[in-house]
Parts: sequence; structure tokens; C-alpha cells
Amino acid sequence: MSTATTSPEPPAGDGIQSPGPSRLNPLAAARRRLRTGELGAWPVIIGLIVIWAVFQSLNDAFLTPQNLSNLALQIAATGTISVGVVLVLLLGEIDLSVGSVAGVGAAVLAVLTVRNGWGDVAAIIAVVVLGVLIGILHGSVFARLGVPAFVVTLAGNIGWQGLQLYLLSPEGTINLPYTGPIGDLTHTNLSTPLGWVVGAIAVGLYAVAVLVDSQRRRAAGLPIRKPVGSLLRVAGLAVLVAATVAVLNAWQGVPVALLIFVGLVVLVDLMLRRTRYGRGIFAVGGNVEAARRAGINVSLIRISVFALTSALAAFGGILTASRGFSASQSTGASDTLLIAIAAAVVGGVSLFGGRGSTYGALLGSLVLGSITSGMFLLQLNSAVRFMITAAVLLAAVILDSLSRRGRRASGRQ
Amino acid sequence: MTGTPVLAMSGISKRFGAVQALSDVSLEVNTGEVVALVGDNGAGKSTLIKVIAGVNPADNGEVRWEGRPVQIGKPSDATALGIATVYQDLALCDNLDVVANLFLGREVTRVGVLDEIAMERRSRELLTSLSVRLPSVRVPAAGLSGGQRQSVAIARSLLGEPKLVLLDEPTAALGVAQTAEVLDLIERLRGRGLGVLLISHQLADVRAVADRVVVLRLGRNAGVFDPDRTSQEEIVQAITGALDNAVTRRRARVEEGTATAPRSPDEDQPA
Repeated sequence: MSTATTSPEPPAGDGIQSPGPSRLNPLAAARRRLRTGELGAWPVIIGLIVIWAVFQSLNDAFLTPQNLSNLALQIAATGTISVGVVLVLLLGEIDLSVGSVAGVGAAVLAVLTVRNGWGDVAAIIAVVVLGVLIGILHGSVFARLGVPAFVVTLAGNIGWQGLQLYLLSPEGTINLPYTGPIGDLTHTNLSTPLGWVVGAIAVGLYAVAVLVDSQRRRAAGLPIRKPVGSLLRVAGLAVLVAATVAVLNAWQGVPVALLIFVGLVVLVDLMLRRTRYGRGIFAVGGNVEAARRAGINVSLIRISVFALTSALAAFGGILTASRGFSASQSTGASDTLLIAIAAAVVGGVSLFGGRGSTYGALLGSLVLGSITSGMFLLQLNSAVRFMITAAVLLAAVILDSLSRRGRRASGRQ
Repeated sequence: MTGTPVLAMSGISKRFGAVQALSDVSLEVNTGEVVALVGDNGAGKSTLIKVIAGVNPADNGEVRWEGRPVQIGKPSDATALGIATVYQDLALCDNLDVVANLFLGREVTRVGVLDEIAMERRSRELLTSLSVRLPSVRVPAAGLSGGQRQSVAIARSLLGEPKLVLLDEPTAALGVAQTAEVLDLIERLRGRGLGVLLISHQLADVRAVADRVVVLRLGRNAGVFDPDRTSQEEIVQAITGALDNAVTRRRARVEEGTATAPRSPDEDQPA
């Protein structure tokens, strides 16, 4: 990026080169990305492969369809909460209340259905709306009154847990019926053919999107990706989806809960990258002052993001309650909050705001879920699991800080 | 310099509490003209820019836009007239790419979805027409040099199709090559028929691109110069006050220190 060669009158028209050297030499591109801190998802993917290889070598039950199916189900609930955490992290803020909000969501769900006889669907909707309201409360105190989000949501963490305990007293646990929409959420699997159809539709949609995009780019006279690259991306997704469906079908089929989780990941990602609202979130996370000067309603963005985060947390609480057929005083308690935040950070979402994607929540949940699952198979207790999870989290945060430093160093040149 | 000026201000005054920041200042900018606004710290340059940009409206005075009197009471008034301001802190989002930064707050959408292709095409057209050199329009702003960032910030102001561009210290904190890059860009703005009002401390830069140099001193007009016919010393004298250059000022301080010789407090006022 040397500007020392600037001639007084650069020839017009060649000002912007198309992606340049990175396309010619993949090795040089990799080195440049390493130096400038644009690593993308590769560290997590490599980490995941390493973790899987290690656990498989220690216990060959790890990479079996049954264990992987369980893993998929296990990550759905905290993963959903983690998608919401990604949103606040993109703003450069934190939400420490997601565990308690999940817990209070589960409690309200149980109270409404079991004690008050509400229908399942109505109760689910009510709980999600409650999450939105809780988030609006957090967001408003933060955005309008200027109280740090850390403190607001810490108060929320304690307060909502208190409400959860109050609602569930005196029993402490309310059992949910084994039948009905709530239980079905996490106890339904797609039939084998249906699993394949859903997978094929997903890959097909992606292929069409890639094709349409490159055709529009060509029509607009913009540089386009090499067809080989596009083909590789579609083929890569196809292989990934096919492998996942095959493995899950080898046990009980694709769980609906996993479909919901992955659907949320994709939906929120599209919202972030393809709408003005999402662009506003990235702008506020990158430079609040710039966003304000560009006419973006910063308060509205902040409040709405906290609302979305709490709504997703409440929905995660519903999934947790569904999976255990109960709402207890410990639902959403203990390490739920920390795992949800850690998953986002391990997945490459920057704590400094403005960088990351919801796929980070998916990848990070897979990594942390794999550690839990592997430890369980090895019959190691939580003590070891916590320490290993801590090491992985620390590694992810160090990587985030280093890549931020790399970006700053290369940006200054 | 024929025809009606795009912006003509006269008798502009602005007071902040006890401080008279501007008194009876006038200023004209024509289309296709680069006017440099120079002055010492506290001379009122930034205050005047903020008056024009609508951030701090003037207390009194007349503003004419293309000949008709207008009121600029808030930033959106200025934007609606066709005044674009590029502030010193560039207000780019480092995490967003060049296209996203250019269109921040006015993204193009197609059925509710961002139309990246239309935005990228317009970005490339705009940057190419300004001969701005970038590695790619898809690099994050963090990866740009200071000159490139300034160029992107200036290009962004042009998306609103302004008639007058206010540049606040565009070359401060830039290296030699990057300064040249930005000065080239300013000349291209003039070539597009835009009026440019440039605030700068760098007299060499000012003399290189400005058609007229307007000097402010202690909130008052202290002369308008043609940089081709004026030496740098003359402009410096106007900035510091003709009879009040570094030498006389030093002498005054020495005398003040040694004796209690009372000097007129009006010494600072221009003759």
C-alpha cells in the first residue's frame, strides 16, 4: 500500500485494481491475511478438527453418529443464546443477563402452560415477547441513560434469576408434558428422505444465490470471482451438508432443533450483512461517532439489539426446558451464560465490536460442545472440562487481540 | 470569477458567552473555485466552518446561497442546500469496507435488501472519476493509508451531489506523498465545478491549490489574497497581524518582563 510512487497526475481509470495479488498466489494471500489479521474462520475450523482428532484417538465412540447427533442437540439451546450474544458483541457491548433471561423464559413457559393452562404455541410466543421487553428495558437504560451495558445486564443477571426462583417456588421445578409442541421442539427428527430434501434445498438456494450474484456483477461490469472459486464454494457446502445429513440420518435423522438453530444462524447473518439495519449494527460497533454523523439512529440500534439478544436468550430457555421436559431453578444458571459468550468469542467474534458473524456462534458452540461431549465420554468431570474450556477461550481472545494488533499495524502503513 | 457566488456571507457574528468568536466576517466562494481559509489558532476558522455547516448557527449576518438569502439553522439545512462537510476526524468505520463507508447512512436497497452491486459500481465510478487509487473497494477502511482515508472521506461527501465542499484540515497529519494525493483531489473537485472551502495550517499547500486566500485574525477578516501574486511572508503577516510578527512580539515580551512599561492592550489588534 505504498503511496510513495504517487505521480502528480495518475492516469484515470486504473485507480482500482481488482482483488489483485491475493488471487494469483494463495500462499502469499494466506501470509498477507496472517499479517494483517484477516484470518476469518480458519483458526476455529482447524481447532475443531484438532479437538475431534484428539477425542477420537482417545475414545473411538466420539465420532459415531449417535454421539454426533447428541452433540447437535446439545448445542442447539446454548447456541441459540450465543447467536444473540454475537449481536451485542458486534456493538462492542456485552450482555451478562442472557443465562438468567433464558432461565426466566423457561420458568414463565412452565408457569403459563402447566399452572395456567395456556396453549404451548401461545406460551412460546409470550415468552419470546417477554424476552423482547426485557431487552428493551436493558437497552433503554444503557442507551438512554448512559449506564454501561456491563452493569445494566449484571443487574439483569441477578434480578431475572431472582424472578425465576420466585416463579418456580415453592416446588423449584415444574415438569412439562412429554407430548405437545414444546416437547416436540427438541424431540423430533426429520425422516431420512426429508433430511436429504432439506439439505438439497439449502445447497440449491446457495448455488442459485452465487449464480445470480455473479451474473448481476458481470452485467454491471464489476470484477467477478473465478468460476472455479464459486464452484468450490458450492461444492464445499454440498459436501458439508451431505456429510452432516448422512451422519445424522445414520442415527435418528436430522433433529428439528438443529434445523431451528442453524436456521436462526443463517437468518440473523442475512439480516446483518444484507440489510441497512445490519449495516447500522456494524457501523455502531466500528465507530459510534461515524455512525451518528451518517444519520444512523444509534439509540434505536442499541435498544433493538438488546431486545433481539434477550428474545434469542428467552428462546434458548424454551429449547432448554423442552429438552429436559422441565423448567427448574437451575435452568440457564451455572455456566450457561459463560458458555454462550465463550462460544461467540471462540467463534471469532471480536470483543472490540464490529467484527464477526453468527457463524462464529455455530462454530464456537461446536468447539465447546465437542469438548463437553468428549470429556463426558472420557468420564472426566467438570473440573477438567472447565480448565480446558478456559484454555480454548483464552486462545481465542489472544488471537482476537493479536489480529486486531495486526490490522492496526497494517492499517497504519 | 464572474456570476453569482455559490456562497456569499457578510456581517457574520458569533459569540460564545464572553468570547466574540466572529465579528462582521464576510466570505465568498464561487463555483469552480478553491478558497483557502487561514488564520492562527483561535482566529475563528472552525467557528466559521461550523456556521456554514449549520452546526453552530451565526448570531447575525447574512448568508446568500446562489444569490438568494437563506437561513442555515441546523446541519440538515446545509446538506439540503448542497453543502458537504469533511471534518478533520474522518469518521470512517474501520471495520467496514470502502463501499460500505461511502454509502454509510444512505445505502441503496432493492426490495429491502442492500444492493451491493449498484453501490460497488457507483463507488468505482466515483473513485475512478476522482483518480483515487485504492487496492480494492472491498478492503476495510483500516487497511487504507492516511491519504486514501482522506480521499474516501472526501469522495463520500460527493455522493450527496453537493455544490460546496468544506474541508477541515484535510492534509494535517499526512506525509508528503499523501498530501500531494489529497491536493490533486482538491483540484479535481474544482474541475468538477464545485466550490471548495479549505481550512489549512499548511501555507505551502494552500498556495499550491487555492485561488484565493481568506485570512481571519481574532474573528475578523484580515484580508483576501491572490496566492500567485502574494508572497508567503505577506500572508503570514496578515495571519499574525502586520505589525505583530514573532520578532515584535518577542521584543514586547522581553520589555514586559524587564520593566513595568505599560503597553497598550490593543497591541494585538490589526491596524
